[in-house]
Amino acid sequence: MIRVLLPLAVLTAVLFTISLLVGPANIGIGDSLSALFRGGDGPMPMVMREIRLPRALLAVMIGGSLGLAGAAMQGYLRNPLAEPGLIGVSGSAAFGAVLAIQTGLAASFALGLPLAALAGALGGVLLVMLLAGPRGTSLTLILAGIGISALVAALTSLVLNLSPNPFAASEIVFWMMGSLADRSMTHVWLALPLMLIGWGVLAVLGRGLDALTLGEDAAEAMGFRIPHLRLILIVGTACVVGAATAVAGAIGFVGLVVPHILRPLVGARPSRLLLASALGGAVMVLAADIAIRVILPDRDLKLGVLTALVGAPLFLHLIVKSRKELI
Amino acid sequence: MSLLAFSNLSVTLRGRKVIRDISLSVGEGEFVGLIGPNGAGKTTLMRAALGLLPYTGQSSLADMSAGVRAKAVAWMPQSREIAWPVSVETLVMLGRLPHLGGGQKPSSIDQAKVDDAITRMELDPLRHRAATQLSGGEQARVLIARALAQDTPLLMADEPIAGLDPAHQIATMQTFDRLARQGKSSIMSLHDLGLAVRHCTRLVLLKDGQLIADGPPVDVLTPERLAHAFGITAWYSDTAHGPVYQPLEVIR
Repeated sequence: MIRVLLPLAVLTAVLFTISLLVGPANIGIGDSLSALFRGGDGPMPMVMREIRLPRALLAVMIGGSLGLAGAAMQGYLRNPLAEPGLIGVSGSAAFGAVLAIQTGLAASFALGLPLAALAGALGGVLLVMLLAGPRGTSLTLILAGIGISALVAALTSLVLNLSPNPFAASEIVFWMMGSLADRSMTHVWLALPLMLIGWGVLAVLGRGLDALTLGEDAAEAMGFRIPHLRLILIVGTACVVGAATAVAGAIGFVGLVVPHILRPLVGARPSRLLLASALGGAVMVLAADIAIRVILPDRDLKLGVLTALVGAPLFLHLIVKSRKELI
Repeated sequence: MSLLAFSNLSVTLRGRKVIRDISLSVGEGEFVGLIGPNGAGKTTLMRAALGLLPYTGQSSLADMSAGVRAKAVAWMPQSREIAWPVSVETLVMLGRLPHLGGGQKPSSIDQAKVDDAITRMELDPLRHRAATQLSGGEQARVLIARALAQDTPLLMADEPIAGLDPAHQIATMQTFDRLARQGKSSIMSLHDLGLAVRHCTRLVLLKDGQLIADGPPVDVLTPERLAHAFGITAWYSDTAHGPVYQPLEVIR
């Protein structure tokens, strides 16, 4: 177990440091670190503390959240194709954000957009819980999630469709691609409390997810209350994914691919996958966010675009691999 | 001491009465075979007794809190689900979950129970294989071992021997037999009447959600009841090799 977690933790730390050192303002390694830790006046501490630090922190927080929520969702649904967005949280958060951009709420004060996105995530998750019912099966949860996702996607398209202002429309489209550029410590402080709650909530799921390996009936007979597990899963996922989408937009494929890659390394045990997947998610988002700054520094390449570009072929590779195993 | 007692248990699913007023009590050292045609309510009866289904009436197991019940009875459902490619040993260890607190590592006692269950089900050569890559019969044995590892006074299993080869069917029946002699009881639903007669200490016959007979195997499987419940005839003899029971023909 430690053979998996330790390299991932080291990799996270290394990438976090690199993330702090990469940027358009060419600052030497020594200078950047001294500016970060000692502070002082001038532009350098400002760049380090107000621009690069929140960006690196958010990459870790969001990547960890998506990885953790993805592992929990796959464990609960016993399906390697599940991802945290399945229950409609990211879609409804995006819809909240889009409304904020369209109505001008986002422009009128700094936290308008993330707060509206959080409100959207909350509304979406309440609807899903209402639809799925207290004793429904995992299938009803999936169906409710798909239904709500489709509904908010349609509403988002409607807003775009009716948008009289092309600038607002293009802002919406770019926001939805997901990015960590130009985020501040305010975004960190907004997302962190919710994510802390979500991490704490999802972390206790481990034993129940292990038991669910044997199916719902067997897990229930081993003393695990399935409706209770499901409520924890929904609340935890809503907290972390809602907060992540609110501050960074939609970043896809992390919650799907990372648990999938790491599963064989932890002996496929759902409880062990949780922490490994959180670290793996942090690694993936940090790496992707560094890559977009290195590959196309002049063009504002969006993080969500890159994770999807990397994630989709990776996923296809996994499919081909599993196809061979089946034969 | 009774390990399971329920009285006037009834289950209504989608407006249809699936189980009607069944009362049953199982004491120590019993190996109860639950028999009956398809759709008689065997699975429903066991799930309701465990409290996994809404029911009316009284059930000692369903009245327990979830944690206490998990130490009183192990349940092996009919659907043999193994969601992830975990090793056989890991899967059997899942049976110890009710005995472990959150974050608690398995002790040497837990490991011993798991080793014992693996040996009983002759799974030692498969111990480190991924459970999902085993054959259906092997998976069934792994899941039986998982239930054994839970080490409860009562074990309920829904058609555990279906799909096993003859040697492992007999070996599994003998395992439950031995458990009964050690004072642990089991309730097993099964369709092989020959094995049921040879190994079970008691048979419970269901038809259309009703309990038709309950008692020693030979007393339960009279020709009249066989004709009424299953619509078959059978040949029976108490031989030097023990009781032999062979279903013969369908009565049209």
